[in-house]
Amino acid sequence: MTRRSAASIPHSAASADTAEIPADLLATLGPLGRAGWCLLVGLVAIVCWGAGAYIYQLRHGLAATGMNDYFSWGLYIINYIFLIGVGMAGTLISAMLRLTGASWRRSITRLAEAITLFALLLAGPMIMIDMGRPDRFLNLLIHGRLQSPILWDVFSLNTYLAGSLLYLYLPMIPDMALLRDCSAPFAPWRRRLYRVLALGWHGDARQHRRLEKAMAIMAIIILPVAVSLHTITAWIFGLTLRPGWHSTIIGPDYVIGALYSGIAAVITVMAIFRRSFHLEKYLTADHFRKLGLLLLTLCAVYFYFTLNEYVGPSFVTETAEIPLLAHIFHGPYTVVFWSMATVGFLLPGLLLALPWTRNIPGIVTASVLVNIGMWLMRFIIVVPTLSAPYLPFPPGTHYHYVPTLVEWSITAGAFAAFGVLYLVFAKLFPIVSIWETMETEPKEATVPVAANQPAEEVLV
Amino acid sequence: MNLDRRHFLRLGMATAGAAAVAAAGFETATAAQTPAPGNSGAAGGVSGGNAGGKTMKVMTTDGQLLEVPAGQARQIKLPVLSSADIRQGIPGRRFVMMIDLAKCDGCGQCTKSCGQMHFIPPDRQWIRVFQMQDSPATAPYYMPRPCFHCDNPPCTKVCPVGATFKREDGIVLIDNERCIGCRFCMAACPFNARCFNWGPPNDPPAALAEGYSPEHGFPRRIGTAEKCDFCPDMARQGKLPDCSSGCPMGAIYYGDQNEDAVTNSQGETLRFSQTLRDRAAFRYREDLGTQPRVYYLPPVNRQYPGPDLHSKKGDQA
Repeated sequence: MTRRSAASIPHSAASADTAEIPADLLATLGPLGRAGWCLLVGLVAIVCWGAGAYIYQLRHGLAATGMNDYFSWGLYIINYIFLIGVGMAGTLISAMLRLTGASWRRSITRLAEAITLFALLLAGPMIMIDMGRPDRFLNLLIHGRLQSPILWDVFSLNTYLAGSLLYLYLPMIPDMALLRDCSAPFAPWRRRLYRVLALGWHGDARQHRRLEKAMAIMAIIILPVAVSLHTITAWIFGLTLRPGWHSTIIGPDYVIGALYSGIAAVITVMAIFRRSFHLEKYLTADHFRKLGLLLLTLCAVYFYFTLNEYVGPSFVTETAEIPLLAHIFHGPYTVVFWSMATVGFLLPGLLLALPWTRNIPGIVTASVLVNIGMWLMRFIIVVPTLSAPYLPFPPGTHYHYVPTLVEWSITAGAFAAFGVLYLVFAKLFPIVSIWETMETEPKEATVPVAANQPAEEVLV
Repeated sequence: MNLDRRHFLRLGMATAGAAAVAAAGFETATAAQTPAPGNSGAAGGVSGGNAGGKTMKVMTTDGQLLEVPAGQARQIKLPVLSSADIRQGIPGRRFVMMIDLAKCDGCGQCTKSCGQMHFIPPDRQWIRVFQMQDSPATAPYYMPRPCFHCDNPPCTKVCPVGATFKREDGIVLIDNERCIGCRFCMAACPFNARCFNWGPPNDPPAALAEGYSPEHGFPRRIGTAEKCDFCPDMARQGKLPDCSSGCPMGAIYYGDQNEDAVTNSQGETLRFSQTLRDRAAFRYREDLGTQPRVYYLPPVNRQYPGPDLHSKKGDQA
């Protein structure tokens, strides 16, 4: 009650804001529409199919997968690395661009941060799905060994998850207040939700200062956490005695790879929302162009890292590396490897580099290709190494890894779950930050480092 | 205290009811607890009928059935190994293995014996015989590979829950009741010594009857890793591991580094340290730094034909 009265004090200001909520942004919160419902139902069906596959796997054990004693990790781990790589998106857009004062980021920060949150929300379960004994999950707390990189990963992932949730939520508070106070005909539960999430925000200078401070602190904190997550995930492989994994470059390699696939994910999601939510005004060609250039840069950097991974071993041809390289370059993984090289580097590199294709369709195509290429890259990181053990496969055995329908179903279910979460989020909350875009529009040209400015001058 | 096990009289019954008691793994059965109505051997009256002529049947550790006056039977507690005992290992011991590659003819009997003893399903092997050839011009040879029980074990280092652990007696074991099945240890072991229970285990009754212990690794637990355990349960009884005792060539020696003696199936006991020196023993992939507790004697002066590797080039390292 007191909160409501407190909120109503500066109501003049709030209602002025309300009037300013652009109708096109408000429209994104409207009913789902026929196509939207079809999509949602389709995605939920896939999620259910995946859940069914998981129940099957729980019943039959990991024998339901294509994994075996030699190929002891497979699709689930690949998905895990892919998902947390995608999860780098939010950090890059919202923290890095914020810290460098790139004010054009404002209309895409929430979209990116939401990718991070949902990717991380699904990455954790991927590990659970991969566990032989998910029922013993609590052993990680009861008997947890801090010396194990898995524990580091658990802590890092959860810290990043919590940080990302916070970092997604903080800039949403003023928007929640705007929605709480606006005149749009929201259902009562929804308005209540906005009221609770608004935390009594009424947009005075002190609140703005605090919010800005909190966001600035989060932007700085989240960066090392993100880097740690990717590095530690890389170390899960790098700290083993396996050719192809045991590499000093693997930590930075994962960080760059994550940035690369994160930006590609942001561009892809941007394209989807631009089209389906009619956000052309906010997700402009300029956004695509800038992110496209960023993607091109990372394409070059990641290509450089990847080159380093292969040139050394190929030139030196250490005994243990020979079968690995053979399997990749002219063995069972050749097709995957060269597909990855084409789809992950060559085509997107060309599309982004050539001025004729550096337009929205070209950039979006490139980013979709990068997403696929990066998933294949994770396959190439995980599987071929397992195919090249120090001791040869014993005579008469034929170990290979072919993912089963159960694994593919669970994978599809996870990606569909990402879609469901994202769709629900985008329908419930403004996918483009209302107050931040409103704040930017008049001042964009003149305030390059708006992040450091007290925001009240802008908003109130 | 471990000697007690050999000398005590296991109190058991020839009847089904008592077999169930034994199956529950327990040696703490007493004369007072045993009687089941209708048993011919056991006395119906439980009340301290010592002076009377009542007798009861007991089984010795050698499997002999004896009939003794009920009053003479007394309750004996076997030294049941606590999980702390199992994690600590056998005090004062440092188990080692030495495999003479010159003697190994690749018959695979070690794998078979081990498989029988540990009820290993056919899809996996704890000790595995590899066909090796170091370079095209050098002779091929067979190399049995148990778990190396490394002194710098990469597998235990990465375990997030301490389910696999290194003991003071040098043995690396797995607690299948703690393992969460993340398989990091499998990725970490450069020798692929670890197997996984991918599906539900199908243990024979004999395995189930023994009761689980990390010292023998069965009955199996789904979704957990397993591997060669260096047979500490056999060592506690002063016996060789089954791979060693089952080797018809006497190629696998096992013993205690502290005693500086290793023994094979032929009863041949060698001075461990001196044999290593005299016969230029080596450990597999010393360069990886895992410091295995399994040593190999080089395949020199062999009395048998080596593996023919020319037809299967893909198997070579």
